[in-house]
Amino acid sequence: MIDMNAPQFWPELFEVLWVGLLQTLQMVAGSLFFTIVIGLPLGVLLVTTERGGLLERPFGSRALGSTINKVIDFVVNLGRSVPFIILMIALIPFTRLLIGRFIGTDAAIVPLSVVAIPFFARMVEIALKEVDGGLIEAGQSLGASNWQIIRKVLVPEALSSIVLGTSTTITSIINFSAMAGVVAAGGLGDVAIRYGYQRYSWPHIVAVIIVLFALVMVLQGLASLLSRRLAHRRSGERMSRAIQLAGGPES
Amino acid sequence: MITASHVVKTYTAPDGTPVRALDDVSLNVDRGQIFGVLGQSGAGKSTLIRTLNLLERPDSGTVTINGEELTALSDNELRAARRRIGMVFQHFNLLGSRTARGNVELALEVAGMAAAERRRRSDEILDLVGLGSRAESYPAQLSGGQKQRVGIARALAAKPAVLLSDEATSALDPETTASILDLIKGISTELGLTVLLITHEMDVVKRICDGVALIEDGRILEQGGLVDLVSTPGSRLARQLFPLGPLPEGDADTVLDITFSGGSADRPVISQLARRYDLDVSILGASIEHLGGKQAGRTRLELPGPAAIHRDAIAGLRAQGLLVEVVRGGAE
Ligand SMILES: Nc1ncnc2c1ncn2[C@@H]1O[C@H](COP(=O)(O)OP(=O)(O)OP(=O)(O)O)[C@@H](O)[C@H]1O
Ligand SMILES: [Mg+2]
Repeated sequence: MIDMNAPQFWPELFEVLWVGLLQTLQMVAGSLFFTIVIGLPLGVLLVTTERGGLLERPFGSRALGSTINKVIDFVVNLGRSVPFIILMIALIPFTRLLIGRFIGTDAAIVPLSVVAIPFFARMVEIALKEVDGGLIEAGQSLGASNWQIIRKVLVPEALSSIVLGTSTTITSIINFSAMAGVVAAGGLGDVAIRYGYQRYSWPHIVAVIIVLFALVMVLQGLASLLSRRLAHRRSGERMSRAIQLAGGPES
Repeated sequence: MITASHVVKTYTAPDGTPVRALDDVSLNVDRGQIFGVLGQSGAGKSTLIRTLNLLERPDSGTVTINGEELTALSDNELRAARRRIGMVFQHFNLLGSRTARGNVELALEVAGMAAAERRRRSDEILDLVGLGSRAESYPAQLSGGQKQRVGIARALAAKPAVLLSDEATSALDPETTASILDLIKGISTELGLTVLLITHEMDVVKRICDGVALIEDGRILEQGGLVDLVSTPGSRLARQLFPLGPLPEGDADTVLDITFSGGSADRPVISQLARRYDLDVSILGASIEHLGGKQAGRTRLELPGPAAIHRDAIAGLRAQGLLVEVVRGGAE
Protein backbone atom coordinates (compact mmCIF):
# COMPACT_ATOMS: atom_id res chain seq x y z
CA MET A 1 0.00 0.00 0.00
CA ILE A 2 0.98 3.61 -0.42
CA ASP A 3 0.71 6.49 1.98
CA MET A 4 -0.50 9.71 0.39
CA ASN A 5 0.45 11.67 3.49
CA ALA A 6 4.08 10.61 3.43
CA PRO A 7 6.27 13.64 2.79
CA GLN A 8 7.85 11.91 -0.23
CA PHE A 9 4.57 10.94 -1.93
CA TRP A 10 3.93 13.94 -4.17
CA PRO A 11 7.54 14.67 -5.17
CA GLU A 12 7.90 10.99 -6.05
CA LEU A 13 4.68 11.01 -8.03
CA PHE A 14 5.85 13.95 -10.11
CA GLU A 15 9.23 12.34 -10.61
CA VAL A 16 7.64 9.09 -11.80
CA LEU A 17 5.20 10.95 -14.06
CA TRP A 18 7.99 13.00 -15.59
CA VAL A 19 10.09 9.95 -16.38
CA GLY A 20 7.03 8.17 -17.79
CA LEU A 21 6.12 11.15 -19.95
CA LEU A 22 9.63 11.36 -21.37
CA GLN A 23 9.59 7.64 -22.17
CA THR A 24 6.20 7.94 -23.85
CA LEU A 25 7.40 10.91 -25.90
CA GLN A 26 10.54 9.03 -26.86
CA MET A 27 8.50 6.05 -28.06
CA VAL A 28 6.08 8.29 -29.94
CA ALA A 29 8.79 10.35 -31.59
CA GLY A 30 10.86 7.33 -32.57
CA SER A 31 8.01 5.30 -34.01
CA LEU A 32 6.43 8.34 -35.66
CA PHE A 33 9.66 8.93 -37.53
CA PHE A 34 9.68 5.41 -38.99
CA THR A 35 5.94 5.48 -39.52
CA ILE A 36 6.17 8.54 -41.74
CA VAL A 37 9.32 7.48 -43.55
CA ILE A 38 7.83 4.10 -44.44
CA GLY A 39 4.07 4.74 -44.29
CA LEU A 40 4.00 7.76 -46.59
CA PRO A 41 5.60 5.98 -49.55
CA LEU A 42 3.36 2.96 -48.92
CA GLY A 43 0.28 5.19 -48.99
CA VAL A 44 1.50 6.83 -52.19
CA LEU A 45 2.11 3.43 -53.76
CA LEU A 46 -1.33 2.21 -52.67
CA VAL A 47 -3.02 5.05 -54.52
CA THR A 48 -0.79 5.34 -57.55
CA THR A 49 -0.66 1.64 -58.43
CA GLU A 50 -4.43 1.41 -58.51
CA ARG A 51 -6.15 1.08 -61.88
CA GLY A 52 -5.98 4.45 -63.57
CA GLY A 53 -3.30 5.68 -61.15
CA LEU A 54 -0.05 7.38 -62.04
CA LEU A 55 2.02 4.21 -61.56
CA GLU A 56 -0.64 1.94 -62.97
CA ARG A 57 2.06 0.35 -65.13
CA PRO A 58 5.47 0.56 -63.49
CA PHE A 59 8.09 -0.33 -66.11
CA GLY A 60 5.25 -0.74 -68.58
CA SER A 61 3.66 -3.64 -66.75
CA ARG A 62 0.12 -3.48 -65.38
CA ALA A 63 0.65 -6.89 -63.80
CA LEU A 64 3.49 -5.46 -61.70
CA GLY A 65 1.39 -2.45 -60.71
CA SER A 66 -1.55 -4.52 -59.61
CA THR A 67 0.71 -6.99 -57.77
CA ILE A 68 2.39 -4.18 -55.83
CA ASN A 69 -1.03 -2.79 -55.02
CA LYS A 70 -2.41 -6.11 -53.80
CA VAL A 71 0.66 -6.97 -51.73
CA ILE A 72 0.69 -3.61 -49.95
CA ASP A 73 -3.05 -3.77 -49.42
CA PHE A 74 -2.71 -7.24 -47.91
CA VAL A 75 0.18 -6.27 -45.63
CA VAL A 76 -1.67 -3.18 -44.46
CA ASN A 77 -4.79 -5.18 -43.65
CA LEU A 78 -2.75 -7.82 -41.87
CA GLY A 79 -0.92 -5.21 -39.80
CA ARG A 80 -4.18 -3.61 -38.80
CA SER A 81 -5.99 -6.79 -37.84
CA VAL A 82 -3.52 -8.30 -35.32
CA PRO A 83 -4.08 -7.02 -31.75
CA PHE A 84 -1.11 -4.98 -30.59
CA ILE A 85 -0.28 -7.03 -27.53
CA ILE A 86 0.04 -10.15 -29.68
CA LEU A 87 1.93 -8.32 -32.38
CA MET A 88 4.39 -7.03 -29.83
CA ILE A 89 5.16 -10.52 -28.54
CA ALA A 90 5.27 -12.00 -32.03
CA LEU A 91 7.75 -9.34 -33.07
CA ILE A 92 10.25 -10.10 -30.30
CA PRO A 93 12.60 -12.13 -32.53
CA PHE A 94 12.37 -9.48 -35.24
CA THR A 95 13.13 -6.69 -32.80
CA ARG A 96 16.12 -8.59 -31.41
CA LEU A 97 17.40 -9.15 -34.92
CA LEU A 98 17.03 -5.49 -35.75
CA ILE A 99 18.54 -3.79 -32.70
CA GLY A 100 19.99 -6.59 -30.61
CA ARG A 101 17.43 -6.36 -27.74
CA PHE A 102 13.73 -6.66 -27.31
CA ILE A 103 13.43 -4.97 -23.92
CA GLY A 104 13.40 -1.25 -23.20
CA THR A 105 12.04 2.00 -24.54
CA ASP A 106 14.06 1.87 -27.77
CA ALA A 107 13.03 -1.70 -28.43
CA ALA A 108 9.34 -0.80 -28.10
CA ILE A 109 9.73 1.56 -31.03
CA VAL A 110 9.91 -1.44 -33.36
CA PRO A 111 6.47 -2.95 -32.64
CA LEU A 112 4.94 0.52 -32.29
CA SER A 113 6.19 1.41 -35.78
CA VAL A 114 5.00 -1.88 -37.18
CA VAL A 115 1.48 -1.25 -35.93
CA ALA A 116 1.42 2.44 -36.87
CA ILE A 117 2.79 2.12 -40.41
CA PRO A 118 -0.24 0.35 -41.91
CA PHE A 119 -2.58 2.68 -40.06
CA PHE A 120 -0.76 5.74 -41.36
CA ALA A 121 -0.51 4.30 -44.87
CA ARG A 122 -4.32 4.07 -44.95
CA MET A 123 -4.60 7.65 -43.72
CA VAL A 124 -2.27 8.78 -46.49
CA GLU A 125 -4.26 6.73 -49.00
CA ILE A 126 -7.52 8.40 -47.96
CA ALA A 127 -5.91 11.84 -48.11
CA LEU A 128 -4.37 11.30 -51.55
CA LYS A 129 -7.61 9.95 -52.99
CA GLU A 130 -9.26 13.25 -52.20
CA VAL A 131 -6.91 15.11 -54.52
CA ASP A 132 -8.78 16.10 -57.68
CA GLY A 133 -7.63 14.08 -60.69
CA GLY A 134 -7.72 17.31 -62.71
CA LEU A 135 -4.68 18.51 -60.79
CA ILE A 136 -2.72 15.45 -61.83
CA GLU A 137 -3.73 16.11 -65.43
CA ALA A 138 -2.66 19.71 -65.08
CA GLY A 139 0.75 18.47 -63.94
CA GLN A 140 0.93 16.07 -66.85
CA SER A 141 -0.06 18.76 -69.32
CA LEU A 142 2.89 20.80 -68.05
CA GLY A 143 5.20 17.91 -68.87
CA ALA A 144 5.82 16.83 -65.26
CA SER A 145 7.22 13.36 -64.60
CA ASN A 146 5.35 10.99 -62.30
CA TRP A 147 7.84 11.68 -59.55
CA GLN A 148 7.38 15.44 -59.98
CA ILE A 149 3.63 15.02 -59.84
CA ILE A 150 3.84 12.99 -56.62
CA ARG A 151 6.23 15.44 -55.02
CA LYS A 152 4.85 18.75 -56.28
CA VAL A 153 1.15 18.04 -56.77
CA LEU A 154 -0.20 14.95 -55.06
CA VAL A 155 1.46 15.12 -51.64
CA PRO A 156 1.40 18.93 -51.20
CA GLU A 157 -2.28 19.03 -52.15
CA ALA A 158 -3.06 16.27 -49.65
CA LEU A 159 -0.77 17.64 -46.95
CA SER A 160 -3.45 19.31 -44.89
CA SER A 161 -5.37 16.02 -44.67
CA ILE A 162 -2.17 14.07 -44.08
CA VAL A 163 -1.42 16.31 -41.09
CA LEU A 164 -4.79 15.40 -39.58
CA GLY A 165 -4.09 11.75 -40.29
CA THR A 166 -0.72 12.11 -38.61
CA SER A 167 -2.28 13.45 -35.45
CA THR A 168 -4.75 10.55 -35.39
CA THR A 169 -1.81 8.21 -35.87
CA ILE A 170 0.11 9.79 -33.00
CA THR A 171 -2.91 9.41 -30.77
CA SER A 172 -3.04 5.73 -31.50
CA ILE A 173 0.70 5.33 -30.97
CA ILE A 174 0.24 6.92 -27.53
CA ASN A 175 -2.59 4.48 -27.01
CA PHE A 176 -0.50 1.45 -27.90
CA SER A 177 2.53 2.68 -25.99
CA ALA A 178 0.55 2.16 -22.79
CA MET A 179 0.96 -1.58 -23.34
CA ALA A 180 4.67 -1.31 -23.95
CA GLY A 181 5.31 -1.88 -20.26
CA VAL A 182 5.14 -5.55 -21.18
CA VAL A 183 8.56 -5.23 -22.77
CA ALA A 184 9.83 -2.97 -19.96
CA ALA A 185 9.64 0.11 -22.11
CA GLY A 186 8.20 2.28 -19.34
CA GLY A 187 6.01 5.20 -20.28
CA LEU A 188 2.85 6.66 -18.77
CA GLY A 189 0.82 3.51 -19.26
CA ASP A 190 3.40 1.60 -17.26
CA VAL A 191 3.13 4.17 -14.46
CA ALA A 192 -0.61 3.62 -14.31
CA ILE A 193 -0.19 -0.16 -14.19
CA ARG A 194 2.64 -0.29 -11.67
CA TYR A 195 1.37 2.35 -9.24
CA GLY A 196 -2.32 2.48 -9.90
CA TYR A 197 -3.17 -1.15 -10.59
CA GLN A 198 -0.55 -2.98 -8.60
CA ARG A 199 -0.33 -0.56 -5.63
CA TYR A 200 -3.85 0.89 -5.66
CA SER A 201 -2.71 4.52 -5.99
CA TRP A 202 -5.59 6.57 -7.36
CA PRO A 203 -3.54 9.76 -7.54
CA HIS A 204 -1.22 8.05 -10.00
CA ILE A 205 -4.04 6.88 -12.23
CA VAL A 206 -5.75 10.25 -12.23
CA ALA A 207 -2.46 12.03 -12.90
CA VAL A 208 -1.67 9.74 -15.84
CA ILE A 209 -5.13 10.30 -17.30
CA ILE A 210 -4.78 14.07 -16.96
CA VAL A 211 -1.35 14.10 -18.60
CA LEU A 212 -2.40 11.82 -21.47
CA PHE A 213 -5.57 13.83 -22.03
CA ALA A 214 -3.62 17.10 -22.10
CA LEU A 215 -1.06 15.58 -24.44
CA VAL A 216 -3.68 14.45 -26.94
CA MET A 217 -5.61 17.72 -26.73
CA VAL A 218 -2.51 19.82 -27.38
CA LEU A 219 -1.54 17.54 -30.22
CA GLN A 220 -4.94 17.61 -31.92
CA GLY A 221 -5.13 21.37 -31.49
CA LEU A 222 -1.75 21.92 -33.08
CA ALA A 223 -2.56 19.52 -35.90
CA SER A 224 -5.83 21.14 -36.84
CA LEU A 225 -4.24 24.57 -36.67
CA LEU A 226 -1.44 23.46 -38.98
CA SER A 227 -3.85 21.63 -41.24
CA ARG A 228 -6.02 24.67 -41.61
CA ARG A 229 -3.07 26.85 -42.47
CA LEU A 230 -1.94 24.37 -45.11
CA ALA A 231 -5.37 24.14 -46.69
CA HIS A 232 -5.53 27.83 -47.69
CA ARG A 233 -9.29 27.56 -47.88
CA ARG A 234 -11.78 30.24 -47.19
CA SER A 235 -13.02 30.05 -43.62
CA GLY A 236 -16.04 27.83 -43.21
CA GLU A 237 -15.09 25.26 -45.82
CA ARG A 238 -15.04 21.74 -44.47
CA MET A 239 -11.85 19.86 -43.83
CA SER A 240 -11.35 16.32 -44.89
CA ARG A 241 -14.24 14.48 -43.25
CA ALA A 242 -13.00 11.07 -44.20
CA ILE A 243 -9.89 11.60 -42.10
CA GLN A 244 -11.81 12.98 -39.15
CA LEU A 245 -14.18 10.03 -39.14
CA ALA A 246 -11.54 7.39 -39.67
CA GLY A 247 -10.82 6.93 -35.95
CA GLY A 248 -8.17 4.69 -34.45
CA PRO A 249 -7.31 1.04 -35.10
CA GLU A 250 -8.40 -1.82 -32.85
CA SER A 251 -6.41 -2.22 -29.64
CA MET B 1 0.80 23.53 -86.62
CA ILE B 2 -1.65 21.04 -85.14
CA THR B 3 -2.54 18.05 -87.25
CA ALA B 4 -4.62 15.12 -86.14
CA SER B 5 -4.92 12.37 -88.67
CA HIS B 6 -7.49 9.54 -88.58
CA VAL B 7 -7.63 9.53 -84.80
CA VAL B 8 -9.80 6.84 -83.24
CA LYS B 9 -10.54 6.51 -79.53
CA THR B 10 -12.91 3.96 -78.09
CA TYR B 11 -13.89 3.77 -74.44
CA THR B 12 -15.60 0.92 -72.73
CA ALA B 13 -18.72 2.00 -70.92
CA PRO B 14 -19.29 0.56 -67.43
CA ASP B 15 -21.75 -1.98 -68.88
CA GLY B 16 -19.07 -3.25 -71.28
CA THR B 17 -20.36 -1.73 -74.51
CA PRO B 18 -17.77 0.18 -76.54
CA VAL B 19 -18.22 3.94 -76.95
CA ARG B 20 -16.54 5.36 -80.03
CA ALA B 21 -15.68 8.78 -78.61
CA LEU B 22 -13.56 9.74 -81.65
CA ASP B 23 -14.32 8.15 -84.98
CA ASP B 24 -11.65 8.77 -87.59
CA VAL B 25 -11.05 12.39 -86.70
CA SER B 26 -8.73 14.46 -88.87
CA LEU B 27 -8.07 18.08 -88.11
CA ASN B 28 -5.68 20.78 -89.23
CA VAL B 29 -4.90 24.07 -87.53
CA ASP B 30 -2.49 26.55 -89.08
CA ARG B 31 0.21 28.46 -87.21
CA GLY B 32 -1.13 31.54 -85.44
CA GLN B 33 -4.74 30.52 -85.94
CA ILE B 34 -7.40 30.48 -83.26
CA PHE B 35 -9.38 27.38 -84.03
CA GLY B 36 -12.64 26.43 -82.35
CA VAL B 37 -14.08 22.96 -82.00
CA LEU B 38 -17.80 23.23 -81.54
CA GLY B 39 -20.06 20.44 -80.41
CA GLN B 40 -22.74 19.41 -77.99
CA SER B 41 -22.25 17.63 -74.72
CA GLY B 42 -20.90 14.14 -75.25
CA ALA B 43 -19.80 14.88 -78.82
CA GLY B 44 -16.20 13.98 -77.99
CA LYS B 45 -14.69 17.44 -77.63
CA SER B 46 -12.78 16.80 -74.43
CA THR B 47 -11.62 13.45 -75.71
CA LEU B 48 -10.34 15.16 -78.84
CA ILE B 49 -8.37 17.84 -77.02
CA ARG B 50 -6.97 15.31 -74.57
CA THR B 51 -5.68 13.15 -77.39
CA LEU B 52 -3.89 16.18 -78.83
CA ASN B 53 -1.41 16.33 -75.93
CA LEU B 54 -1.79 12.61 -75.35
CA LEU B 55 -3.36 12.84 -71.92
CA GLU B 56 -5.45 10.21 -73.67
CA ARG B 57 -3.58 7.98 -76.08
CA PRO B 58 -5.55 7.36 -79.29
CA ASP B 59 -6.22 3.74 -80.31
CA SER B 60 -5.00 4.60 -83.79
CA GLY B 61 -4.11 7.62 -85.87
CA THR B 62 -1.41 10.22 -85.41
CA VAL B 63 -1.10 13.62 -83.77
CA THR B 64 1.53 16.07 -84.96
CA ILE B 65 2.13 19.35 -83.18
CA ASN B 66 4.81 21.84 -84.07
CA GLY B 67 6.33 19.38 -86.51
CA GLU B 68 6.68 16.61 -83.89
CA GLU B 69 4.67 13.44 -84.21
CA LEU B 70 3.61 13.07 -80.58
CA THR B 71 2.14 9.62 -81.05
CA ALA B 72 5.61 8.35 -82.00
CA LEU B 73 7.52 9.80 -79.02
CA SER B 74 8.91 8.00 -75.97
CA ASP B 75 7.58 8.97 -72.53
CA ASN B 76 10.50 11.30 -71.92
CA GLU B 77 10.25 12.97 -75.28
CA LEU B 78 6.52 13.33 -74.82
CA ARG B 79 7.02 15.17 -71.52
CA ALA B 80 9.43 17.56 -73.22
CA ALA B 81 6.94 18.09 -76.05
CA ARG B 82 4.12 18.81 -73.57
CA ARG B 83 6.16 21.69 -72.16
CA ARG B 84 5.68 23.35 -75.53
CA ILE B 85 1.91 22.80 -75.42
CA GLY B 86 -0.03 24.79 -72.84
CA MET B 87 -3.44 23.65 -71.63
CA VAL B 88 -6.22 25.43 -69.77
CA PHE B 89 -9.11 23.64 -68.13
CA GLN B 90 -12.79 24.27 -67.56
CA HIS B 91 -12.41 23.99 -63.79
CA PHE B 92 -9.02 25.74 -63.74
CA ASN B 93 -7.26 22.84 -61.96
CA LEU B 94 -5.10 25.14 -59.88
CA LEU B 95 -3.17 23.79 -56.90
CA GLY B 96 -4.91 25.06 -53.77
CA SER B 97 -1.70 24.70 -51.81
CA ARG B 98 0.14 27.22 -53.97
CA THR B 99 -0.31 30.92 -54.59
CA ALA B 100 -1.02 32.29 -58.04
CA ARG B 101 2.71 32.71 -58.45
CA GLY B 102 3.36 29.21 -57.11
CA ASN B 103 0.99 27.76 -59.66
CA VAL B 104 2.73 29.57 -62.49
CA GLU B 105 6.13 28.55 -61.15
CA LEU B 106 5.08 24.90 -61.17
CA ALA B 107 5.29 24.99 -64.96
CA LEU B 108 8.79 26.45 -64.70
CA GLU B 109 9.97 24.06 -61.98
CA VAL B 110 8.92 21.17 -64.15
CA ALA B 111 10.97 22.68 -66.95
CA GLY B 112 13.98 22.87 -64.59
CA MET B 113 14.29 26.66 -64.45
CA ALA B 114 16.36 28.26 -61.64
CA ALA B 115 14.54 30.05 -58.80
CA ALA B 116 15.54 33.62 -59.64
CA GLU B 117 14.63 33.16 -63.28
CA ARG B 118 11.30 31.58 -62.28
CA ARG B 119 10.42 34.58 -60.19
CA ARG B 120 11.21 36.98 -63.01
CA ARG B 121 9.21 34.98 -65.53
CA SER B 122 6.21 34.49 -63.23
CA ASP B 123 6.05 38.23 -62.60
CA GLU B 124 6.18 38.87 -66.31
CA ILE B 125 3.45 36.40 -67.23
CA LEU B 126 1.15 37.36 -64.32
CA ASP B 127 1.43 40.97 -65.51
CA LEU B 128 0.53 39.86 -69.00
CA VAL B 129 -2.73 38.28 -67.80
CA GLY B 130 -3.47 41.30 -65.60
CA LEU B 131 -2.88 39.63 -62.24
CA GLY B 132 0.42 41.22 -61.27
CA SER B 133 -1.05 42.50 -58.01
CA ARG B 134 -2.54 39.16 -56.96
CA ALA B 135 0.60 37.05 -57.29
CA GLU B 136 0.61 36.09 -53.60
CA SER B 137 -3.10 35.19 -53.43
CA TYR B 138 -4.21 31.59 -53.10
CA PRO B 139 -6.79 30.26 -55.57
CA ALA B 140 -9.44 30.22 -52.81
CA GLN B 141 -9.04 33.99 -52.58
CA LEU B 142 -9.57 34.59 -56.32
CA SER B 143 -12.72 34.90 -58.43
CA GLY B 144 -13.44 32.46 -61.25
CA GLY B 145 -12.15 34.85 -63.90
CA GLN B 146 -9.00 35.50 -61.92
CA LYS B 147 -8.46 31.78 -61.43
CA GLN B 148 -8.70 31.23 -65.16
CA ARG B 149 -6.19 34.01 -65.71
CA VAL B 150 -3.82 32.13 -63.43
CA GLY B 151 -4.60 28.99 -65.44
CA ILE B 152 -3.71 30.79 -68.64
CA ALA B 153 -0.55 32.24 -67.09
CA ARG B 154 0.51 28.78 -65.96
CA ALA B 155 -0.17 27.33 -69.39
CA LEU B 156 1.86 30.04 -71.09
CA ALA B 157 4.69 30.37 -68.55
CA ALA B 158 7.06 28.01 -70.32
CA LYS B 159 6.48 29.84 -73.63
CA PRO B 160 4.64 27.13 -75.53
CA ALA B 161 3.84 27.51 -79.23
CA VAL B 162 0.38 26.02 -78.82
CA LEU B 163 -2.43 26.60 -76.34
CA LEU B 164 -5.20 24.05 -75.86
CA SER B 165 -8.31 25.19 -74.06
CA ASP B 166 -11.10 22.86 -72.95
CA GLU B 167 -14.20 24.95 -72.20
CA ALA B 168 -12.03 27.54 -70.49
CA THR B 169 -14.94 29.93 -70.11
CA SER B 170 -17.98 27.74 -69.54
CA ALA B 171 -17.73 28.05 -65.76
CA LEU B 172 -17.71 31.86 -66.05
CA ASP B 173 -20.39 34.51 -66.41
CA PRO B 174 -20.83 36.23 -69.81
CA GLU B 175 -18.81 39.34 -69.01
CA THR B 176 -15.91 37.41 -67.55
CA THR B 177 -16.12 35.04 -70.51
CA ALA B 178 -15.73 37.99 -72.88
CA SER B 179 -12.72 39.31 -70.98
CA ILE B 180 -11.02 35.90 -70.92
CA LEU B 181 -11.66 35.40 -74.65
CA ASP B 182 -10.26 38.83 -75.42
CA LEU B 183 -7.23 37.99 -73.31
CA ILE B 184 -6.65 34.78 -75.28
CA LYS B 185 -7.09 36.62 -78.54
CA GLY B 186 -4.71 39.40 -77.49
CA ILE B 187 -2.05 36.99 -76.31
CA SER B 188 -2.38 34.89 -79.42
CA THR B 189 -1.77 37.92 -81.60
CA GLU B 190 1.02 39.26 -79.42
CA LEU B 191 2.91 35.99 -79.07
CA GLY B 192 2.00 34.37 -82.38
CA LEU B 193 0.39 31.57 -80.41
CA THR B 194 -1.68 28.87 -82.09
CA VAL B 195 -4.85 28.22 -80.10
CA LEU B 196 -7.24 25.31 -80.25
CA LEU B 197 -10.28 25.81 -78.11
CA ILE B 198 -13.20 23.62 -77.31
CA THR B 199 -16.60 25.06 -76.74
CA HIS B 200 -20.30 24.34 -76.99
CA GLU B 201 -21.14 27.99 -77.54
CA MET B 202 -21.29 29.58 -80.97
CA ASP B 203 -20.71 32.98 -79.35
CA VAL B 204 -17.22 31.92 -78.34
CA VAL B 205 -16.43 30.91 -81.91
CA LYS B 206 -17.85 34.14 -83.30
CA ARG B 207 -15.91 36.28 -80.90
CA ILE B 208 -12.39 35.02 -81.48
CA CYS B 209 -12.04 32.12 -83.90
CA ASP B 210 -10.55 32.15 -87.39
CA GLY B 211 -11.29 28.52 -88.05
CA VAL B 212 -13.84 26.10 -86.71
CA ALA B 213 -14.77 22.44 -86.76
CA LEU B 214 -18.13 20.97 -85.93
CA ILE B 215 -18.02 17.68 -84.07
CA GLU B 216 -20.91 15.32 -83.45
CA ASP B 217 -20.89 11.76 -82.14
CA GLY B 218 -17.11 11.62 -82.41
CA ARG B 219 -17.02 12.70 -86.04
CA ILE B 220 -15.96 16.00 -87.56
CA LEU B 221 -18.84 17.11 -89.78
CA GLU B 222 -17.35 20.30 -91.15
CA GLN B 223 -14.17 22.25 -90.72
CA GLY B 224 -12.41 25.20 -92.25
CA GLY B 225 -12.01 28.94 -92.06
CA LEU B 226 -15.01 30.62 -90.52
CA VAL B 227 -15.61 32.91 -93.48
CA ASP B 228 -15.24 30.04 -95.95
CA LEU B 229 -17.68 27.80 -94.13
CA VAL B 230 -20.23 30.55 -94.03
CA SER B 231 -20.31 30.70 -97.82
CA THR B 232 -20.45 26.91 -98.23
CA PRO B 233 -23.87 25.71 -99.42
CA GLY B 234 -25.71 23.62 -96.85
CA SER B 235 -23.23 24.34 -94.08
CA ARG B 236 -24.65 23.51 -90.68
CA LEU B 237 -22.20 25.90 -89.08
CA ALA B 238 -23.54 28.71 -91.26
CA ARG B 239 -27.06 27.81 -90.21
CA GLN B 240 -26.07 27.86 -86.53
CA LEU B 241 -24.11 31.04 -86.96
CA PHE B 242 -26.95 32.87 -88.69
CA PRO B 243 -30.20 31.49 -87.35
CA LEU B 244 -33.17 32.51 -89.52
CA GLY B 245 -35.99 30.96 -87.58
CA PRO B 246 -38.69 28.57 -88.84
CA LEU B 247 -40.20 28.62 -92.35
CA PRO B 248 -43.54 30.37 -92.76
CA GLU B 249 -46.75 28.35 -93.31
CA GLY B 250 -48.07 27.67 -96.82
CA ASP B 251 -46.24 26.87 -100.04
CA ALA B 252 -47.41 29.48 -102.54
CA ASP B 253 -44.32 31.64 -102.68
CA THR B 254 -40.64 31.11 -103.24
CA VAL B 255 -38.35 31.34 -100.23
CA LEU B 256 -34.61 31.95 -100.63
CA ASP B 257 -31.72 32.04 -98.16
CA ILE B 258 -29.02 34.38 -99.35
CA THR B 259 -25.58 34.37 -97.76
CA PHE B 260 -23.52 37.52 -97.92
CA SER B 261 -19.86 37.58 -97.15
CA GLY B 262 -16.98 39.90 -97.87
CA GLY B 263 -17.83 42.65 -100.40
CA SER B 264 -21.33 41.51 -101.25
CA ALA B 265 -22.53 42.39 -97.76
CA ASP B 266 -22.18 46.08 -98.56
CA ARG B 267 -24.18 46.08 -101.82
CA PRO B 268 -27.88 46.99 -101.88
CA VAL B 269 -28.86 43.55 -103.16
CA ILE B 270 -32.45 43.50 -102.03
CA SER B 271 -33.49 46.86 -103.39
CA GLN B 272 -31.83 46.02 -106.72
CA LEU B 273 -33.78 42.78 -106.80
CA ALA B 274 -37.06 44.55 -106.13
CA ARG B 275 -36.41 47.19 -108.77
CA ARG B 276 -35.01 45.05 -111.56
CA TYR B 277 -37.62 42.26 -111.41
CA ASP B 278 -40.41 44.36 -110.00
CA LEU B 279 -40.95 42.01 -107.08
CA ASP B 280 -42.48 42.78 -103.66
CA VAL B 281 -39.68 41.12 -101.72
CA SER B 282 -40.38 40.41 -98.05
CA ILE B 283 -37.57 39.81 -95.59
CA LEU B 284 -38.46 36.87 -93.32
CA GLY B 285 -35.29 36.87 -91.30
CA ALA B 286 -31.77 38.23 -91.25
CA SER B 287 -28.63 37.74 -89.25
CA ILE B 288 -25.38 39.63 -89.64
CA GLU B 289 -22.06 39.13 -87.88
CA HIS B 290 -18.53 40.42 -88.03
CA LEU B 291 -16.21 37.55 -88.85
CA GLY B 292 -12.49 38.11 -89.06
CA GLY B 293 -13.05 41.83 -89.50
CA LYS B 294 -15.49 41.37 -92.39
CA GLN B 295 -19.23 41.53 -92.39
CA ALA B 296 -21.13 38.39 -93.22
CA GLY B 297 -24.72 37.37 -92.89
CA ARG B 298 -27.72 35.56 -94.18
CA THR B 299 -31.13 36.81 -95.19
CA ARG B 300 -34.27 34.82 -95.84
CA LEU B 301 -36.44 36.36 -98.54
CA GLU B 302 -39.93 35.58 -99.75
CA LEU B 303 -40.75 36.30 -103.39
CA PRO B 304 -44.41 36.45 -104.46
CA GLY B 305 -45.79 35.99 -107.97
CA PRO B 306 -44.98 33.75 -110.96
CA ALA B 307 -42.13 31.23 -110.70
CA ALA B 308 -40.63 32.16 -114.09
CA ILE B 309 -39.51 35.54 -112.83
CA HIS B 310 -38.07 33.93 -109.73
CA ARG B 311 -35.82 31.74 -111.84
CA ASP B 312 -34.38 34.81 -113.52
CA ALA B 313 -34.01 36.60 -110.22
CA ILE B 314 -32.13 33.67 -108.67
CA ALA B 315 -29.81 33.45 -111.64
CA GLY B 316 -29.22 37.19 -111.39
CA LEU B 317 -28.32 36.95 -107.71
CA ARG B 318 -25.96 34.06 -108.33
CA ALA B 319 -24.32 36.00 -111.13
CA GLN B 320 -23.41 38.62 -108.54
CA GLY B 321 -21.46 35.98 -106.60
CA LEU B 322 -24.03 35.51 -103.88
CA LEU B 323 -24.73 32.14 -102.35
CA VAL B 324 -28.41 31.45 -102.89
CA GLU B 325 -30.19 28.47 -101.40
CA VAL B 326 -33.74 27.83 -102.50
CA VAL B 327 -35.64 26.75 -99.44
CA ARG B 328 -39.02 26.40 -101.13
CA GLY B 329 -40.54 26.68 -104.63
CA GLY B 330 -38.67 28.77 -107.19
CA ALA B 331 -36.28 26.95 -109.42
CA GLU B 332 -38.27 23.84 -110.28
N1 LIG C 1 -13.04 7.72 -69.44
C1 LIG C 1 -14.15 7.40 -70.14
N2 LIG C 1 -14.70 6.17 -70.04
C2 LIG C 1 -15.79 5.84 -70.75
N3 LIG C 1 -16.42 6.67 -71.59
C3 LIG C 1 -15.95 7.91 -71.73
C4 LIG C 1 -14.79 8.35 -71.01
N4 LIG C 1 -14.53 9.63 -71.35
C5 LIG C 1 -15.49 9.98 -72.23
N5 LIG C 1 -16.34 8.96 -72.47
C6 LIG C 1 -17.48 8.97 -73.40
O1 LIG C 1 -17.02 9.48 -74.63
C7 LIG C 1 -17.97 10.38 -75.19
C8 LIG C 1 -17.33 11.72 -75.44
O2 LIG C 1 -17.02 12.33 -74.20
P1 LIG C 1 -16.35 13.76 -74.08
O3 LIG C 1 -16.03 13.99 -72.65
O4 LIG C 1 -15.22 13.86 -75.04
O5 LIG C 1 -17.52 14.72 -74.54
P2 LIG C 1 -17.56 16.31 -74.60
O6 LIG C 1 -17.86 16.68 -75.99
O7 LIG C 1 -16.34 16.88 -73.99
O8 LIG C 1 -18.81 16.64 -73.69
P3 LIG C 1 -19.04 17.85 -72.67
O9 LIG C 1 -19.41 19.04 -73.47
O10 LIG C 1 -20.19 17.37 -71.84
O11 LIG C 1 -17.78 18.02 -71.89
C9 LIG C 1 -19.13 10.40 -74.23
O12 LIG C 1 -20.11 9.51 -74.71
C10 LIG C 1 -18.56 9.92 -72.95
O13 LIG C 1 -19.53 9.26 -72.18
MG1 LIG D 1 -15.91 18.08 -72.22
